[in-house]
Amino acid sequence: MKSHRKERLSIILFITTGLSLAIGLTLFALSQNIDLFYTPTQVAQGEVETGQRIRIGGMVKDGSFRSANDSLQVQFATTDYINDVTIHYEGLLPDLFREGQGIVVEGAIDELGVFQASRVLAKHDENYMSQEVKAALDAAGASAENHLLSSQPET
Amino acid sequence: MIPELGQFSLILAFCLSIILGAFPIIGAHRNNLLWMSLARPLTAGVFVFLGISILILAYAFAADDFSVQFVAQHSNSALPTRYKLTAVWGGHEGSFLLWTFMLSGWMLAVAIFSKSVPIDFVARVLGVLGLLCGAYILFMLATSNPFDRIVPLPPADGADLNSALQDFGFIVHPPTLYMGYVGFSVVFAFAIAALLSGRLDAAWARWSRPWANISWAILTIGIALGSWWAYYELGWGGWWAWDPVENPPLITWLFGTALIHSLAMTEKRGMFKNWTVLLAILAFSGSLLGTFITRSGLLTSVHAFASDPSRGFFILGILGLSVGGALLLFALRAPLMKSEFGFDLVSREIFLLVNNVILVVASASIFLGTLFPMVYQAVTDDLISIGPPYFNAIFVPLMIILVLFLGVGPLSRWKRTSTAYLIQQLSKVAMAGLVVGVVLPFIFLLEFSLAATLAVALGAWITLSIVKDISNKVSNKITIWQGLGSLSLSYYGMQAAHFGIAVMFVGVGLTSYFSSEKSVLLQPGQSTELDAYSFTFMQSTPVTGPNYIGDEAQIMVRRNDADIEILYPQRRVYLASGTPSTEMAIDAGFLRDLFVTLGEEKESGAWSMTIYVKPFVRWIWLGAILMAFGGTLAAGDKRYRRLRQRRIAAENEQISGRFSFIKL
Repeated sequence: MKSHRKERLSIILFITTGLSLAIGLTLFALSQNIDLFYTPTQVAQGEVETGQRIRIGGMVKDGSFRSANDSLQVQFATTDYINDVTIHYEGLLPDLFREGQGIVVEGAIDELGVFQASRVLAKHDENYMSQEVKAALDAAGASAENHLLSSQPET
Repeated sequence: MIPELGQFSLILAFCLSIILGAFPIIGAHRNNLLWMSLARPLTAGVFVFLGISILILAYAFAADDFSVQFVAQHSNSALPTRYKLTAVWGGHEGSFLLWTFMLSGWMLAVAIFSKSVPIDFVARVLGVLGLLCGAYILFMLATSNPFDRIVPLPPADGADLNSALQDFGFIVHPPTLYMGYVGFSVVFAFAIAALLSGRLDAAWARWSRPWANISWAILTIGIALGSWWAYYELGWGGWWAWDPVENPPLITWLFGTALIHSLAMTEKRGMFKNWTVLLAILAFSGSLLGTFITRSGLLTSVHAFASDPSRGFFILGILGLSVGGALLLFALRAPLMKSEFGFDLVSREIFLLVNNVILVVASASIFLGTLFPMVYQAVTDDLISIGPPYFNAIFVPLMIILVLFLGVGPLSRWKRTSTAYLIQQLSKVAMAGLVVGVVLPFIFLLEFSLAATLAVALGAWITLSIVKDISNKVSNKITIWQGLGSLSLSYYGMQAAHFGIAVMFVGVGLTSYFSSEKSVLLQPGQSTELDAYSFTFMQSTPVTGPNYIGDEAQIMVRRNDADIEILYPQRRVYLASGTPSTEMAIDAGFLRDLFVTLGEEKESGAWSMTIYVKPFVRWIWLGAILMAFGGTLAAGDKRYRRLRQRRIAAENEQISGRFSFIKL
């Protein structure tokens, strides 16, 4: 009976050690991998440090899209209807990327002060607005619904 | 008129579910045979009326009845018929109807295939499932009725099905995933019935096991189909993105994997009953969590349906009531059921325990990473996202440890195994695995790489230990065939699933570290090189489909000056919604995939495109198929079908079950 208890104790110890190790490592990994989210206004006001990996949510500003003719470089402005941030990106844009559409960009500001995006996300459902875009528009006090309706084709 | 019949049928199904949730359970409690025997016919009734409902919705789609709001939002008269019919699950309301219908299908299966299980147990299982089904239907009727009409002026035509969904993957992925997901409700109901009746014994585990194995196999296929679909449709070249909606199926799958192992222990050794019950509850919560995340709109994801907070609260209510109630019941009843068997520190029990701990920790850390942004926002009001690096940093090391133990576990014995025996059995296997891991990638890649070596060595480690175990089992028989014939289906199932893990491991490892991709701008006639392949953009031509227009490029792929394949990626615009969509072109192979996604045409006539070379990517899904095959084999083991013997055993247990019930 005694050895039986000893075994049970060692199993419990084993599980507890394993669990606490796992929780510790998990929390460490979590803290290392948080991408903070900013609104265009916050970025325009200089709240973001150079080189810090962030996400920006906003609408693609009408008439701001430029693309190079001989490379995959594109440039556009993302806006919360108060401030704009110019985004540089090289690569293929998602299917639903277009002016007036809510998007989220992931990347960092380089030494020249230009936002270089590593990823551009547009949602697959056009009626669905990403929480991040909505938060940016709400923070700017803009009525998201009004802008959305005016910028989207009738469905 | 016809859509109203669908709704009426839904209401009837609701009433029957509630009766099913009440009388048979009370009947089982009071030992009223008549009330208990209501369970099976009521289940059939729920199934029939939900079936009528979903057929009517499909009919509304087929008949282009755009006065039904759900049809108007998700279909169009130009949509091909196969997508009209499957657009039933193209949005929140209809997909939830499919989900509920799947549940009633599982309930019917339980009613039919549980002839040898005592009637009071069946009554409780079906009763619990009936309550769940009733809650789902109520949710539909209250917040998301698929039969809502647009009055007074219905649109002339529908808004069309989301163009990303118009694909074969959409036809097969959601039903399979839902079927696997919902299957865990059955295992959950068995656990609750066991708690209610106090009969938490080996017989309960034996009854649950086939259901757990089959659900797990279907969920495996469902997840793999989703991964395969995302891979070829979304055009990222990715097969897993740690998207907040991809994670709950994986969480459920990991709990489910722990559960099928723990059930084995409960059936064979009568141990860890409480733990098994807890895992059944956790796997079920994982499936409800998936629903909650997709349908509440709380998390940002490519899968999310248009959000409506009231739906989120309702599902949270169902989640809270069912899981909370189950956990409460568990807390009240579980301590009464003690495990009594001891085992040594090196034994199969310990290896299964290690398996369970690792799987649960992996699942919990994915859960944490998925919900952390939500919690963070609630506390600090800041929005954050948790990227794939977090999930990879946690998941990959855990899976490596799991796989190391996987090689040992099946060779160990119940109760006690000597360490010396395991070392003697496995030292050569480990050496051979290492050699294969070093040599094979070197032959293919002509360079040494730690990642490839690790992936291949671990795959070989599992595979060789399977071979070793089978050869051990066969060696004491007169002929090999006699030996192979004496092994049970569930043993073969286990080994097939484990081999699937090995194949998947190699696939994931090699494709993660050796994929190449490149975005380029090519004029007609221009070429670009990637790895050993050259891609030549020949020309682009306009194409017209039933409900879209677009361009198609022709890209010639060569290797060592030999033509391999011409790829035809397309860029489409769907006419009804005006949404653009890329259709990538893939040359699939056992050892590598080549694919191209088309971007857009520049004024100069050049097209932008992304080219990918993905070695061994097919092995990921091949592994999943093997796992599902293994799960199905195990569920088909003849010991679950030994009707006569089991019936006698069941009757005996029924008597002892009554006895323990009285004790409670």
